[in-house]
Amino acid sequence: MCLAVPARIIELEGDRAVVDAMGNRWKAKTTLLPDAKLGDVVLVHAGFAISTVDEEEAKKTWELFAEIENMGSEKFDG
Amino acid sequence: MLDRVAQAQHTIEEACRGLDRQITVMEVCGTHTVSIFRSGIRSILPDKLKLLSGPGCPVCVTDQGYIDTMMRLADRADCLVATYGDMIRVPGSDGSLETRASRGNVKVVLSSEDALQLARDNPEKTVVFIAVGFETTTPATAVVVQEAAREGIENFCVLSNHKLVIPAIRALLGGMNDRIDAFLCPGHVSVIIGSGAFREIVRDYRRPCVVAGFEPLQILEGLAEICRQFAGGTAEVKSMYKAVVTEQGNIAAQRIVAECFEPVDGYWRGIGKIAKSTLALKEQYRRFDAFARFGLEDKPGKEIRGCRCGEVLCGLMDPIECPLFGTRCTPQKPIGPCMVSSEGTCAAWFKYGRRN
Repeated sequence: MCLAVPARIIELEGDRAVVDAMGNRWKAKTTLLPDAKLGDVVLVHAGFAISTVDEEEAKKTWELFAEIENMGSEKFDG
Repeated sequence: MLDRVAQAQHTIEEACRGLDRQITVMEVCGTHTVSIFRSGIRSILPDKLKLLSGPGCPVCVTDQGYIDTMMRLADRADCLVATYGDMIRVPGSDGSLETRASRGNVKVVLSSEDALQLARDNPEKTVVFIAVGFETTTPATAVVVQEAAREGIENFCVLSNHKLVIPAIRALLGGMNDRIDAFLCPGHVSVIIGSGAFREIVRDYRRPCVVAGFEPLQILEGLAEICRQFAGGTAEVKSMYKAVVTEQGNIAAQRIVAECFEPVDGYWRGIGKIAKSTLALKEQYRRFDAFARFGLEDKPGKEIRGCRCGEVLCGLMDPIECPLFGTRCTPQKPIGPCMVSSEGTCAAWFKYGRRN
């Protein structure tokens, strides 16, 4: 339940943001991270950004997700 | 990356070789439990290092009394119950939220914001948000309570069962299971409370507390750090998840939680009452407290007959020792919450146990 995913803030108005992770986009709020800026990569949990993440760390997680997704489709195809 | 795996494994093996007894490390986070099982980490650890899953899955630690209260509210025609997906299949003494969802008054939400939106969209109903979760999840509830107060959304309330991880660790070490030698501390809880929050455990109980992220490598390096401390005879707080965890945590989140909530005595499955371990809304937000609004009391429920989830949660027995495990209790037809939740210890043992 405490899982959070890294995503980039691609729109920001007040504390209302749209975030993107590997092309998946959803709404999130930055109320708990008042210094968050457009373009920042943040950890999102249950619709709220809770921490900034550096780019490298986020990439590792995204690559892992992509790997899991590919594993899934290989299994499905093969 | 393979270098780091080999190095961590080497540190663990070297440290364990020098030990004259088995050491027990407990993780208190459902996401760690799943990652440890899925990656097969247990299978490469020496016999002298035993891993236990503790009370870290919020669904699993929720007392039966709370679950039955939640069902009673879902049975009311004037209520709309909004819950995170994790809680939907947990069995009460009479069915689950899932069995009630067909009547249209239970909705699964991905965010507390969605629950508040349901209240805006359904003015004729009282929306009850099932606020379950540890410190990572609490701030999201606090934000919407303040939003509801600001906007005057009076048909919204929360049934708070937000739990605190430090009092649970203290309850274990203070008597429930003092054989635990060290803790692998939850990464995303620590984003909020800060790694510094675990200093009191080190100070009062001299147990290493190592914060780790959720990738197998980070977990392995966390275990290596624990072993390194054991070999050196030290006990410290250390974070292996510096990318997002700071010593002081997320101050803005802590502030908003402190504005809305205060710690009260609360019930945990299998552990019982733990002092100041559960968050209740403060007086100024009492009108958004579902317990107060419906005149309900947070009291312990009757445990499910034959279910040993409580002992599993305290690390006192492995799931496989429970007579229901894998026979009457399976992920398809769960009896206890540790089998219901995908992050539950029993579900992890059932799914991955054979290769661990």
